[in-house]
Amino acid sequence: MVGIVIVSHSFKVAEGIYDLAMQMAAENEHIIPAGGMEDGSIGTDAFKIMQAIERADTGDGVAVLADLGSGIMSAEMAIEMLDGGDIEVRIADAPILEGAISAAVTSTSGASLDEVIEAAEEARTASKLN
Amino acid sequence: MSSKIYDCIELIGNRIIENKEFLTELDREIGDADHGINMARGFTEVLNVLDKDSEDIGALLKKTGMTLLSKVGGASGPLYGTAYMQAGKVCAGKTELSAEDGKEIFEAVIAGIQKRGKAEKGEKTMLDAIIPAYESYSTAIENGVSAEEALGIMCVAAEDGVEFTKTIIATKGRASYLGERSIGHQDPGATSATITMEAIRDFVKG
Repeated sequence: MVGIVIVSHSFKVAEGIYDLAMQMAAENEHIIPAGGMEDGSIGTDAFKIMQAIERADTGDGVAVLADLGSGIMSAEMAIEMLDGGDIEVRIADAPILEGAISAAVTSTSGASLDEVIEAAEEARTASKLN
Repeated sequence: MSSKIYDCIELIGNRIIENKEFLTELDREIGDADHGINMARGFTEVLNVLDKDSEDIGALLKKTGMTLLSKVGGASGPLYGTAYMQAGKVCAGKTELSAEDGKEIFEAVIAGIQKRGKAEKGEKTMLDAIIPAYESYSTAIENGVSAEEALGIMCVAAEDGVEFTKTIIATKGRASYLGERSIGHQDPGATSATITMEAIRDFVKG
């Protein structure tokens, strides 16, 4: 199953999105939140993200959903720091909440990493009012 | 007795920590008011974890980068983290540096920051101080100017770069949401980069 890592500057945001995603995809144990800094303050920590990617991976790859600014930069650094590069990781170009939920549901259905990323990125253009 | 490279990083760290309020104030105007706080937190930890006696320049710079990466939190974490780690690669195994090494460090740092931040000169970022500083430093070195003098010329260019950031619109980071309202404010990242270069200049001057 494709793993999912939720990267936010805020511990609570990452945990909250995780809770919502688990509500929609309860069988998926490979969704890992990586929010905030080690001491709980606002920020992103590349090491924390790297560990979350390692935990999320089952061999089928990992999709990363990130919030703003340094969320993406720290996620990119985390991917570069992964030892050996055996884990296939991609960052979805998608809004973090909607993207994470699409990704979680798609991953739980047994889809590939490409399909999970595609589902997350579709959330970017999905209209909420029509 | 601590090593020279430790003393240099300590001076940089102390200057950043002394400027915590100033950097945060600049960031309050156009950013999220955390640059000084984040950088000071990062360097406080750097000064805690570095081996004071080690003369291995590459190892200390790498450790500085890794620590900033995990402790700074905002965009400056990955950016400064990358900068110090790239500088560390250039200095691997070295215990002293030449003026020419300085040029190589600059090149690696700029390439690393550009890759990480996907920014160019003229976007109201730290690169607006670092790139002109590099250009002036390199020209000075090529013209046979002493390292000490070249570092002085470098800082003048960096300070001009900070002034220049007041005149342009931010297109990266949170300041980009402000558009034209970002004009008139100097960039906090360009400012902290200049504080760093001034500390190096002052350290070499002794």
